[in-house]
Amino acid sequence: MPETNRTIQWHRRLADKLATALAVICVLLVMLPLAAIFSYLVIRGIASLNLAFFTHIPSGSPGEPGGGMANAIVGSIVILLIGSVIGVPLGVGSGIYLSEYSRGQFGRVVRFTADVLNGVPSIVIGIAVYALLVIRQKHFSALAGGVALGIMMIPTITRSTEEMLRLVPNSIREAALGLGIPQWRSTLSITLRTAMSGVITGVMLAFARVSGETAPLLFTALGNQFWSTKLNQPIAALPLQIYIYALSPYDEWHRLAWAGALVLIVLIVATSASVRWVASRGFAGGAH
Amino acid sequence: MGVGIKVENLNAWFGKHQALHSINMDILPNHATAIIGPSGCGKSTFVRCLNRMHETNPDARADGKVQVKDMNIYGEGVAPVDVRRRIGMVFQKPNPFPSMSIYDNVAAGLKLNGYHNRKKLDEIVEKSLRSSALWEEVKDDLKKKSGASLSGGQQQRLCIARALAVEPDVLLMDEPASALDPISTSKIEDLIFELKENYTVVIVTHNMQQAARVAEFTAFFLLGKLIEFDKTEKIFTTPTDKRTEDYITGRFG
Repeated sequence: MPETNRTIQWHRRLADKLATALAVICVLLVMLPLAAIFSYLVIRGIASLNLAFFTHIPSGSPGEPGGGMANAIVGSIVILLIGSVIGVPLGVGSGIYLSEYSRGQFGRVVRFTADVLNGVPSIVIGIAVYALLVIRQKHFSALAGGVALGIMMIPTITRSTEEMLRLVPNSIREAALGLGIPQWRSTLSITLRTAMSGVITGVMLAFARVSGETAPLLFTALGNQFWSTKLNQPIAALPLQIYIYALSPYDEWHRLAWAGALVLIVLIVATSASVRWVASRGFAGGAH
Repeated sequence: MGVGIKVENLNAWFGKHQALHSINMDILPNHATAIIGPSGCGKSTFVRCLNRMHETNPDARADGKVQVKDMNIYGEGVAPVDVRRRIGMVFQKPNPFPSMSIYDNVAAGLKLNGYHNRKKLDEIVEKSLRSSALWEEVKDDLKKKSGASLSGGQQQRLCIARALAVEPDVLLMDEPASALDPISTSKIEDLIFELKENYTVVIVTHNMQQAARVAEFTAFFLLGKLIEFDKTEKIFTTPTDKRTEDYITGRFG
């Protein structure tokens, strides 16, 4: 009998090693593209990053050395702020509705609408905002760009918020109701707070996704070679600037495009990391 | 001080299924009353009707009269939140708020109802944790540790403290020890003895020894009906009804 036992053990150990190795290979394969993109961006972009890049607007004549993307960096921040002000409250609010209040038909309609909206190509959203806002205002604007990104954020945030709230055990809701806490209060201060880290992850995913969007901005924010922070005027944005520079025939602009892409990624990662850091203090999600 | 509960003709439904059939019961103040019976007999539904938690299930409803001091909790214009503030509840599984510190867990019922006097809150939190015999174990980590970081038995005592903090007249306990180890269970039972001095306690239990240990009165439920309600001693030694006798001698359930 010991003989067979040893054979079985040998088989099991081999199977275990194989499974572990497969899982590790999968992880490496998943990380590879991100690592490749990031290192390539650093290699190509870092040389063009200097103070001028962050403080100057694009140089006057095409291809001329110097100049920076200060206006595009600020423009992107402005557009993303507008987008978040629209997308986060509406998204989180509808997520709360779907998870906590909806029963029956209407909830299903809302959920279906969110899923369809999620699948609408970003350029279509750009055109829609163009038709609704830009034509009416008679010019491209930062506001229109923000509205387009905000609309794109809503369905992702709605669905992720709903999923996260559903993970909160019902016993927690019962505990709150049993204390005589009104439902709206218990939803905001207890259920939502318990699910907070998951909700924030969803919000940051939506934020990161729209941060790099170019297509919906083409018809809305348009881009701007000059300094502007006015909400009713065309505004520069990093993805637009990268797009224009990358398509140009000038080497100098190509280098700036790489640098812009690097800055965009760092901006997204930094925002995501700092929001998570702020949210992880306290007892969010049961961790301590 | 605890108050009595007078239940008259209480019926409860889940959709079309009637879970309770005209229950009449007089629960005495400052005593513990145990509710026993086989699974699915309506004992949980019954206590959940006593603070209007029953109706928080979709398509559940109840009618009848439940008089607590001057208030019929099913009377017209009575808000469920007011009922639940006066009639606290402890659930089967410990359910502390995981995103809150120990302190905030206990203070939650007051804070989220708009009570913010810091000094008074500190006092109430300490008093409640002392009443639930948890103070000595947690007093150094009140704001440092999450409620979910405690052991199961401690969590349940935390939940009791949380229910006591809103200063209810009645404490309903739905199998409060069924998810706990024997030592934690005996702590909860000792606690019920002390709580009776200040509160009326109604406890649902699966465990007949437990009913015999903690409660002066025992009610036996079967198939949504109250079969027998009497002094605990009488129920367990000389029950009037044949079905009660069959149940407590272990012939079914």
